[in-house]
Amino acid sequence: MADPMRIRAQAQGDKTTVRVLMQHEMETGQRRDSAGKTIPAWYIQEVSATLNGKKVLAAEWGPSISKNPFMQFVVKGAKAGDKIAVTWKDNKGETRTDEATVT
Amino acid sequence: MTTRREMLATSTRLAALLAGAGLLPATALAAWNQPAFEAKSLADVAKAFGGSAPVESKDVTVSGPEIAENGAVVQVGCATTLANVKQLMLLVEKNPNVLAASFEVSPAIDANFTTRVKMGQSSDVYAVALTTDNKVFFAKKEIKVTLGGCGG
Amino acid sequence: MATTRSILLAVAMASALLAAPAWAQAQAKTTAEGIAEYRKQLEDGNPAELFEARGEGLWKQKRGPKNASLEACDLGQGPGVVKGAFVTLPRFFADTGRVQDLESRLLTCMETLQGLNAKEIAATPFGRGEQRNMEGLVAWISAESKGLRFNLPQGHAQERQMYEAGKRVFFFRAGTHDFSCSSCHGIEGQRIRLQDLPLLTKNPGDGVGFAAWPAYRVSSGELWGMQRRLNDCYRQQRFPFPGYASDVTIALGVYMGVNAKGAQSIAPSIKR
Repeated sequence: MADPMRIRAQAQGDKTTVRVLMQHEMETGQRRDSAGKTIPAWYIQEVSATLNGKKVLAAEWGPSISKNPFMQFVVKGAKAGDKIAVTWKDNKGETRTDEATVT
Repeated sequence: MTTRREMLATSTRLAALLAGAGLLPATALAAWNQPAFEAKSLADVAKAFGGSAPVESKDVTVSGPEIAENGAVVQVGCATTLANVKQLMLLVEKNPNVLAASFEVSPAIDANFTTRVKMGQSSDVYAVALTTDNKVFFAKKEIKVTLGGCGG
Repeated sequence: MATTRSILLAVAMASALLAAPAWAQAQAKTTAEGIAEYRKQLEDGNPAELFEARGEGLWKQKRGPKNASLEACDLGQGPGVVKGAFVTLPRFFADTGRVQDLESRLLTCMETLQGLNAKEIAATPFGRGEQRNMEGLVAWISAESKGLRFNLPQGHAQERQMYEAGKRVFFFRAGTHDFSCSSCHGIEGQRIRLQDLPLLTKNPGDGVGFAAWPAYRVSSGELWGMQRRLNDCYRQQRFPFPGYASDVTIALGVYMGVNAKGAQSIAPSIKR
């Protein structure tokens, strides 16, 4: 199971900047191991986020995204104490959701 | 302790079994736009999302460093001030996987996203905006990639 | 000395010609600024934070045959005190009767408190098994001293001996290329391609050299502790690695750490 995401959500006026660090190999499927065998593709395909349970972000990713991905987006109308939850799902169907409180 | 490789192999087999048995959520997997992510050019990516021929626009911005010390992690951003944008995308022209990411723009968030991409070599990076009437606008920037040295 | 210098210069020039495009040499200053901008962008949201989180969990988690956590581990400031410990390592420990660096000390604690096998962990390749746990631990422990200034003790005779031993090791030339640590890190203002090689015979500045490791290495997406960093230096010098947490590597840590007295630690940092 992947490590928890690091989510920071800082409100400044009406805008809240959300920064997320995820733990994931983001394997492209083009690399080979030392034995010459192709390392299978394994990468996050879908990312979504909710603000107090309401969906605010939906994204599709490909294997060009770096290992241990970073993402930043800006939510409107959030305030300190609100909950931001981020979910990712990868090409193997594995998924993870983590939550943070807006500061 | 199971190695990661063994774990991957097991979960792949499991996923294949589940998929074959129709137990994996079809909707979740169908949402990912495979043709777009397999497209080899900006024009093809735009087409895969139902967009028209891409046009360069000052109202779309792509941000990133002039030069990346290591192509494994390059922080890039896409933003637009255009109205009626439903999607913002980041493309790395010379990557085997050209389309790196696609973000849905909704009224709840700014049309401004930052992420980190892998770049196989020096290349143009595109920020592409798709409007609700399927027009496609882009901005591009060259990011040079150099391997670092032996230390550090 | 002249021979090593010309070899280094030749290697550097050859690599520069082969690897870096022509523009890099023409706009040397702009390139340096560009690289600085690139590095700065990655500081916020350093993937090392993922390792820090894991390390904090491992410190508190009951593990091993003795089913105990590491919370009673003494890193030099007293059992369980983590804040500020990193910047006073390596140092002498009375319970083991020797000078130890962070990773060697963690091996001691993992064995005595948790019952894990220190020899096995030392023999485990980097990035695998317990070494992965070590990555998390050193990331978190160094993060707990982030911003603090190095102040290694030299009060004990063994600490002073290790400094002198470290100095000898630093200047010891051997191997196929007749390299020593000083070949790269003993001259001011040296560079290999785009990597500045800090001068380690004195304090090279805040967040530089000894003050920048452990670090998340972007090129491999891995967290490298000081032991792994030294291992890679030795590989580049065409030396066999002296051994994980061996006295030689600890001595080098004492030498570099004492020289870096007063420098601010930025560990875990981010590196290419």
